Amino acid sequence: MIAVVDYGVGNLFSLMSSLRFLGLECVVANKKEDLLAADRIILPGVGAFGDAMAKLVETGLADTIKELANVKPLLGICLGMQLLFDKSFEFGEHEGLALIPGLVVPLAADINPGLKIPHMGWNRLQIVRNDPIFRYFRSGEWVYYVHSYYAKHCSESVLGVSEYDIMVTGLVRSGLVYGSQFHPEKSGSAGLRLLKAFSEL
Amino acid sequence: MISKRIIPCLDIRNGRVVKGINFEDIRDMADPVEMARYYNETGADELVFYDITASFEGRKLFTDVLRAVASEIFIPLTVGGGINSLDDFDRVLKCGADKVSVNSGAIKNPSLISDAAKRYGSQCVVLSMDVKRVNGKFCIFANGGRINTGIDAVEWAKRGEELGAGEIVLNSIDTDGVRGGFDLPMLRAIGETVKIPLIASGGAGKMEDFLELFRYDRIDAGLAAGVFHTKKIDIRDLKKYLYDQGVNVRFM
Repeated sequence: MIAVVDYGVGNLFSLMSSLRFLGLECVVANKKEDLLAADRIILPGVGAFGDAMAKLVETGLADTIKELANVKPLLGICLGMQLLFDKSFEFGEHEGLALIPGLVVPLAADINPGLKIPHMGWNRLQIVRNDPIFRYFRSGEWVYYVHSYYAKHCSESVLGVSEYDIMVTGLVRSGLVYGSQFHPEKSGSAGLRLLKAFSEL
Repeated sequence: MISKRIIPCLDIRNGRVVKGINFEDIRDMADPVEMARYYNETGADELVFYDITASFEGRKLFTDVLRAVASEIFIPLTVGGGINSLDDFDRVLKCGADKVSVNSGAIKNPSLISDAAKRYGSQCVVLSMDVKRVNGKFCIFANGGRINTGIDAVEWAKRGEELGAGEIVLNSIDTDGVRGGFDLPMLRAIGETVKIPLIASGGAGKMEDFLELFRYDRIDAGLAAGVFHTKKIDIRDLKKYLYDQGVNVRFM
C-alpha cells in the first residue's frame, strides 16, 4: 500500500490515477495512522516551499515522515522533493525536512538569463549513478518538469540530471528517501516505469 | 534542453471530438478517449481539450471525458473553452487538467489571468488568442472567432504576459483549417514582443510546415487538429522528420 500524503498542497488526481493505472494499491493520506499503515510513502506538492512546510508541520505529518524515512521507501515529487532538503531560499529562508543534505535555490541565478523560467517541459534525464529505481528506465529518456527552484550542493545523493544550461538535479536518493524534481505522473510511459520501480523497492 | 512540443487539439462537443474549418462547418470525428490514447501512444507531448459546448449537459459530458482521459493518459493536459471564473479553473483542475486556457473570459475580465496566476501559479494559466487580420492589423476575436473586439493582438499578448499568463496560444483565424502553413508573420509580430512560451496554432498541412515553424526559435510548440485527426500527419513520422532535420523533439 502506497500512502500519498495530502496536506492541502496541490492536486492529487494525476498521481493517484497513475498509481491505480499501474494496478498499485494506494490511499490519500492526511493523518499519521495512514502513513504508519502504508509500506511506502509519496510526498507530492506544488506551490511555495514555506507554505507547504508550514502545513506539514501544522498537521504533525512532518514529524511522522521524518520518523518513517529510515523505515520505508519515501518519494518526494516536485515541491515534495525540495521539502526533503535542509533548506530553501524561496521567498525568504525556510527549513526543510532535512532528510537529504542540500539546499533549494533559484534556478534563475545559475543559468543563462536568456533561458525561460520556470524550467518547464520535456527534458532528458541522464543517469549519473545506477540505482534500482532505474530498473525499467534507460538513461536519456524524457521526463516532464515544471519548476523555478532546484536542489544544489547535494552531489552525493544525485542519481539523475537534466541539462538546462547547467546540470539540473532531477532525481536524488539518500538511504530509503528518493526525490524527483520532474513529475513522473506526467512523464508518459517513462514516468510510469519509474513509479513502478519505486513500488518494487 | 527542453524539447519543442507537438500538441494535438481535441475540440469536444457533446462528449465527441469535432473539427471545423475557419472556425465553422463542424463535423463529428471520434471518441475523445480513444483519440487521446492514440496520441499518447504515438508521442504527442501534450493534449489540449477545448470545450465548445455551451449547454449544462455538454459541460457535464466534457468533464466526464476529461476525467476519463486523465485517468489513463499521463502527459500534460490543457483545457479551454468556457473558462470565465476561478470556479471554472477549479472544476477542470479537479478532473485532471494541468493547465487551463482562457480566451473570451479573459477579454471580458483581464484580472481572471492575474487572479488565476496568483492562486494556481503562472505555469497553470494559458492565454489563448484568436487572431485575424483586419485592415492590415492583427485583431483579437472573441466568442470562438465570431466577434471582432478591436483589441490589438500584439498589445493583448503583452498585457497577458504582464498579468501573469505562463504561455500563449496564438490561433490564426486566417490560416485555420486551410493547411497552407502556420501564420508566421502574425507569430513573429507577437514573438518579438513577449518572452513567455508561444504555441502556434492554425494552418498546419504538412510536416514541412512544422519545420518552418520551429526555425523561428521563439516558438515552443506547434498545435494542430485536423491534420492529426485525419492521420494526414502521423506524429511518429513528424517527430522522426523533425529530429532528422535537427529540431530538438522528444523522440521515442
